[in-house]
Amino acid sequence: MVPISWYLIFAALLFSMGLFGVLSRRNAVAILLGIELMLNAVNINLAAFWRYGDVAQMAGQVFAIIVFAVAAAEVAVGLALVISVYRRRNTVVADEIDMMKW
Amino acid sequence: MTNIETIKLLTWLIPLPPILAFFLIVLFTNKNKALSHTIAVGAAFLSFLGSMGVFLYALGVEHFGEHPIESSVPWLPLGKSVDTYFRIGVLVDPTTAAILFFVAITIFMIFLYSVGYQNFGQPKGDHDHKGLPPHGATVEEHGHKHAVPSVEPMYSRFFAFLGLFAFGMYVLVLSDNLLTFFVGWEIMGLCSYLLIGFWYAKPSARDAAVKAFMTTRIGDVFMLLGIAYLYYATGTLSFRQIFTEQVLHTLATVPSGFLGFSAAGLIGLLLFIGTIGKSAQFPLHVWLPDAMEGPTPVSAMIHAATMVSAGVYAVVRMFPLLSLDPRTLTIVAFIGAFTALFAATIAVAQNDIKRVLAYSTISQLGFMIAALGIGAYVAAVFHLITHAFFKALLFLGSGSVIHGMEHGVLHTGNHEVDPQDMFNMGGLRQKMPITFWTFLIGGFALSGFPIITAGFWSKDEIFADAFGNGHILVFITLAAAAFLTAFYTMRQITLTFFGEPRTKAAEHAQETPWTMTAPLVILSIFAIAYGWVGIPEDFMGLHLQPSWLHEFVGGTLAEHPEVVAFSWVPFLTSLVVALGGLYLGWVTYRNVNSPAEDRLQIPLLKNKYYFDEFYDRVFVKPAYWFAENVVYKFIDQGIIDGILHIFGPATQGLGAFIRNNFDLPVINRFFGDGSADVTYWFGGKLRAVQTGRIQQYLMFALVIFIAIGAVLYFFLLA
Repeated sequence: MVPISWYLIFAALLFSMGLFGVLSRRNAVAILLGIELMLNAVNINLAAFWRYGDVAQMAGQVFAIIVFAVAAAEVAVGLALVISVYRRRNTVVADEIDMMKW
Repeated sequence: MTNIETIKLLTWLIPLPPILAFFLIVLFTNKNKALSHTIAVGAAFLSFLGSMGVFLYALGVEHFGEHPIESSVPWLPLGKSVDTYFRIGVLVDPTTAAILFFVAITIFMIFLYSVGYQNFGQPKGDHDHKGLPPHGATVEEHGHKHAVPSVEPMYSRFFAFLGLFAFGMYVLVLSDNLLTFFVGWEIMGLCSYLLIGFWYAKPSARDAAVKAFMTTRIGDVFMLLGIAYLYYATGTLSFRQIFTEQVLHTLATVPSGFLGFSAAGLIGLLLFIGTIGKSAQFPLHVWLPDAMEGPTPVSAMIHAATMVSAGVYAVVRMFPLLSLDPRTLTIVAFIGAFTALFAATIAVAQNDIKRVLAYSTISQLGFMIAALGIGAYVAAVFHLITHAFFKALLFLGSGSVIHGMEHGVLHTGNHEVDPQDMFNMGGLRQKMPITFWTFLIGGFALSGFPIITAGFWSKDEIFADAFGNGHILVFITLAAAAFLTAFYTMRQITLTFFGEPRTKAAEHAQETPWTMTAPLVILSIFAIAYGWVGIPEDFMGLHLQPSWLHEFVGGTLAEHPEVVAFSWVPFLTSLVVALGGLYLGWVTYRNVNSPAEDRLQIPLLKNKYYFDEFYDRVFVKPAYWFAENVVYKFIDQGIIDGILHIFGPATQGLGAFIRNNFDLPVINRFFGDGSADVTYWFGGKLRAVQTGRIQQYLMFALVIFIAIGAVLYFFLLA
């Protein structure tokens, strides 16, 4: 059986990639994609811990499914916001959407 | 319940009806005149019945003096141990019973008389004001108008005060200890103030009320001192406990450290000063004549039945204590005898019918005090009782005369005529026959008209005691006073009732209603018959029954007083002074029609030896001066205000200092403005952080997250 550390390392790599994407990409849609990567990295962790822990407990899987649902909702709202911003300001660059500063 | 228990309960209940009447009238029925006087007179009657019950019981007990009615309840925990209480209760010994007898009768009579005197049943006055005597009302009858007396505007209030007064007297008489005795004493002091000042809108009545209160207060303070000293010396105020041989012996031997008096002597002296105030003895006699400003039943109540008798009663009560020190007794005898003569001389020159009686009262009280001073205990009690009857009779009679005169004044409409001045009267015997005859009886009793009247027997007994025990000086003084008494009494009767009417008002005087004359008749019966209970056993060498009064009242004392052997000297003396005084009074005044013809209107006597002026100069004026110049100008304005004026600016300066040196620089500048400035400055610096760029925020968050994680890792895991 593959040791759990492999899964965890994979998930950490995936999370870091997502984080890098969120921090470095200028496009708001790309930032949303990075967030998706980070969420899925967490899902891998949850599934792995379930599998290597007490299999009879369903909490890991249940959490993973809840995260899917939240992620789907979040993308739906996030993309709607991006489209709305684009319509008003004609841009999807995160740095240019800075009306909420002091 | 056994018989004795019932009597004890009855004794407890005697003072209650008048106080209940007081509260009922004050709280509920004061709007309704008829109901108010019904309650008050009813209460007086209940107390009267109770007193008679107790008195009759006392008569039926053999050696009542050794088995008095006594009952007490624990009242005030003294804190020495769990079951030490100051006990209060009732005590009826033979003296109390005898005094209760006359107190109950005179109080009831006075209540009844007040109904008529305050014009119950008459119409409301045309222009009467509260606090002023009623001025009369106009009524239309048979087609023409005429003036009639009007009802007292504060009728109910008068009866409420009378009720409280009666309560005070019963408490005082029935007390078994000096504390409740003093409480009753003070209740009466308050009531006399309220009643003398009853017509408070008259400035003279107001002044008289204050004068009476202040003057008696002087005596009361000393009396309270005496009570305090007695309690300190013996640890008890109960009469029965004080008058034991052991306690009395201790008191007589312990020195007080004051002029070589023993404790008993000093206590007796202090208590006696209370009596001087209350019984208007020299030198505190000045309030009593002025107290005539009150309505007449009040005068009778204060002067005859209650308050002044209370003073003598106090001495009677404390007699076993007073008699321990001969020097105290000498002072008592001196004050009494001097007052008796001194007041009698003033009475000769007074023209106001009530003032004559007032000075006569002072004089007669002097007789009693003198009698006590020479140790004639029974004679003093005897004279106290007979005097109460005939003096109440005389006061009520004078009230009836004034009332009749007021009727005449209203009828003639000439309000210049003073209805109390005897020179405005004359010939009233035909207009007011019942008043005349009863007044004559009272006057003869006061003069000591031989054999028939009560006053003769009681005065004679004082003379006999004074003579028999060798107090010749007291004997002579009292004889002179008795002569003057007969003289001014006859002067009063002659001027008032005999001759021809000297004014129109006197011509139209009218007999008073039955509520006023009935008490006169009843009291006149006692003014005669009461003397017969005290006829000495070997009077004129006859062998009569032993004097009931002597046996009964004498039983109060531990040592039964000796009966003085009959002697012709005091008997003839009292005969001569009484008849001589009466005759001389009649001869001198039968043809006198105006003050100008009265050769005894000497300014010195007329002005009462200038005592009021003297006290005014020596006490009142200096007191005003002291109040104005020392207390007000020096202490209040100078010292107190001066100190306050230091405080004001000082606190103001301190406040300004704190404000300028602390509030403004530290609080306002540093904390107040300073903190705001700092926050503003920080805000200005930190606002740059808020770029609005989401990825910068995330970077911050990540950096801080890592930093916190590193710190936690370092501290928790390493």
